[in-house]
Amino acid sequence: MNFTEEQRMLQRMVREFAEKEIAPFVPEMEKGAFPREVLRKMGSLGLMGIPIPEKYGGAGMDFISYILAIHEISKVSAALGVILSVHTSVGTYPILAFGTEEQRQKYVPKLARGEYLAAFCLTEADAGSDAKAIRTRAVRDGDHYVINGGKIFITNGGEADLYILFAKTDPGLGKDGITAFIVEKGAPGFIVGKDEKKMGLNGSRTVSLIFENMKVPAANRLGGEGEGFRIAMANLNAGRIGIAAQALGIAEAAFEKAAAYAKTRHQFGRPIAAQQGIAFKLADMETKIEAARLLVYRAANLYAEGLPCVKEASMAKLFASQTAVETATEAVQIFGGYGYTKDYPAERYFRDAKVTEIYEGTSEIQRNVIAKWLMKGK
Amino acid sequence: MDFRLSEEHEMIRKMVRDFAEKEVAPSAAERDEEERFDRGIFEQMAELGLTGIPWPEEYGGIGSDFLAYVIAVEELSRVCASTGVTLSAHLSLASWPIYKFGTEEQKQKYLKPLAQGKKIGAYCLTESGSGSDAGAMKTTAKKEGDHYVLNGSKIFITNGGVAEIYIVFALTDPERKHKGVSAFIVEKDFPGFKVGKKESKLGIRSSPTTEIIFEDCIVPAENLLGEEGQGFKIAMMTLDGGRNGIAAQAVGIAQGALDAAVAYAKERHQFGKPIIANQGISFKLADMATAVEAARLLTYQAAWLESNGLPYGKASAMAKLFAGDTAMKVTTEAVQIFGGYGYTKEYPVERFMRDAKITQIYEGTQEIQRLVISRML
Repeated sequence: MNFTEEQRMLQRMVREFAEKEIAPFVPEMEKGAFPREVLRKMGSLGLMGIPIPEKYGGAGMDFISYILAIHEISKVSAALGVILSVHTSVGTYPILAFGTEEQRQKYVPKLARGEYLAAFCLTEADAGSDAKAIRTRAVRDGDHYVINGGKIFITNGGEADLYILFAKTDPGLGKDGITAFIVEKGAPGFIVGKDEKKMGLNGSRTVSLIFENMKVPAANRLGGEGEGFRIAMANLNAGRIGIAAQALGIAEAAFEKAAAYAKTRHQFGRPIAAQQGIAFKLADMETKIEAARLLVYRAANLYAEGLPCVKEASMAKLFASQTAVETATEAVQIFGGYGYTKDYPAERYFRDAKVTEIYEGTSEIQRNVIAKWLMKGK
Repeated sequence: MDFRLSEEHEMIRKMVRDFAEKEVAPSAAERDEEERFDRGIFEQMAELGLTGIPWPEEYGGIGSDFLAYVIAVEELSRVCASTGVTLSAHLSLASWPIYKFGTEEQKQKYLKPLAQGKKIGAYCLTESGSGSDAGAMKTTAKKEGDHYVLNGSKIFITNGGVAEIYIVFALTDPERKHKGVSAFIVEKDFPGFKVGKKESKLGIRSSPTTEIIFEDCIVPAENLLGEEGQGFKIAMMTLDGGRNGIAAQAVGIAQGALDAAVAYAKERHQFGKPIIANQGISFKLADMATAVEAARLLTYQAAWLESNGLPYGKASAMAKLFAGDTAMKVTTEAVQIFGGYGYTKEYPVERFMRDAKITQIYEGTQEIQRLVISRML
């Protein structure tokens, strides 16, 4: 893979930042602390708006650089990786791509500088994979909309300043009746519900949201009425590639730690890495990670060039997440009994990896997407 | 070959399942979150006779067999893997060696209270430098007149701290390495016996796992189990049976996850139909169910062999290998089938997935099982 000098510089910078500023905060995050201060530091370094054009306050770098950043951050903290990915890929991009100039000027610079944190609100209790089945209702009333309903599993929820929200303006029209809105925290009727206690990704806050006659100015509608589903889907590619990079980071961290342990742990008079049973495992892990890496950066490259990449993004997400789960599971195995304790990092990678096969489109949905392209003959 | 379980075995299954669902399941999630062992549950198991299933009544047991025991571990593990291993370590690892190698006195003094569940047992083999390479242990036992003095420490001891009786392996003759290992029955309040650090774990969190430290620990000579130098053999033979217990635990975990996933897949609707109507899900469930069935049959076979006095070393290694891998696969898929909900602590499947992992590691890693099996081919 040929990264440019500029991309490599960013990668190095982010890696150093992750090791110096993120790693020490991981134990706190494991206890549930949200990394506010770390995000502030990231903001001041331009890391909260890497691919956002400079004219909107971003670092003006390319999409690949952004993916490299998620990848490097996730090696140290998958939780921070998803906070960033959601903020930029599905929190900021929709406004950049579909907002009016006024909306862009109002919100994007704050998001790009990390002054505002964004969240993306699509999923509901009865609408997960079947996203178009959402029931949150938005009714036009003069110069604003009145919104009623609720969302679940919202990453950055409760901490975010800005929420990209999807609601039905016309229940009779199915997916063509969905409209997107930019909701600011503190909107009347906006209620943060319960915090989910999760298997992993500790430190990343996941909440329910409740809208009780919530009033949102009509000027905050994003795109036209009925364009919401298209907007949601358009940002999935960037979201999926981001999660694929997160999964890749988890897999690499798990592999590197396991390989290092296997070389130093001695049993039967030699390092366990000298046993074929372990050596072959490591070889397989590394091979899959390499394949995942190539899939992720191929998708990122296509996206960066503005070329179609729906299938490639799905493949990257499907394969990288699967690799993360397999690699993390094997990493715990290689660490033996120690791997099962919280004194060693392997069990955290194990707990973090699983969600990458589920959110932003389950592996089953990714397979559906890929198969659809297969049927089209592409 | 009659694959049907006897009426007695079916009765034990039903009895343990009812107990597990009523008395163990409701607190399982909370005990996992709090890393809390509940002695009351162990005492209830004792009342039901579960703590001494295969031992004759003269030793406080109920005179049933290893198949019944394995069924009990499976049913307990189906709702709470921690409870499953509490019983398994107590019975397979701590009680069995006394039954097999103990003197009549030792059986009356130690096996009986263990069988009756008045005391909890544990097994101390692993050290920080000797996991898979158990023979490389360093804990020593020096004979001094009418007692032995033990020095060293053991790690990852299941039931550590809550057990009163510990089977401890130590070197009486360090020069002979693993041939110089002896087994001892050590009581918690012997001088010099210390419970060390309690591990915070990924799963089986309500089963306490601790370090045990021996600082000039005085063990009466009559507490030598078997003969000097026989310890390693006792340890390895004990693990052969222990493997059945863990295989049963893994089968239970997998069955619990499968049951939950099937129920959810039938009631969760997306795209206008239950998700089980999608081949992507139904085929997954079919594969999961098949693997659990195979794992159960391997486990029951190994238990049947043991119950009938036939060699069971290869069978128990195969059962543990296959059942452990099955538990890991099935629980991972169960979380997947539950989608986002499966990743939260509101549903039990993420706990099942965390619990499953240990079955691939303890009582002989999967890699060790493969060594054992391949050596017997």
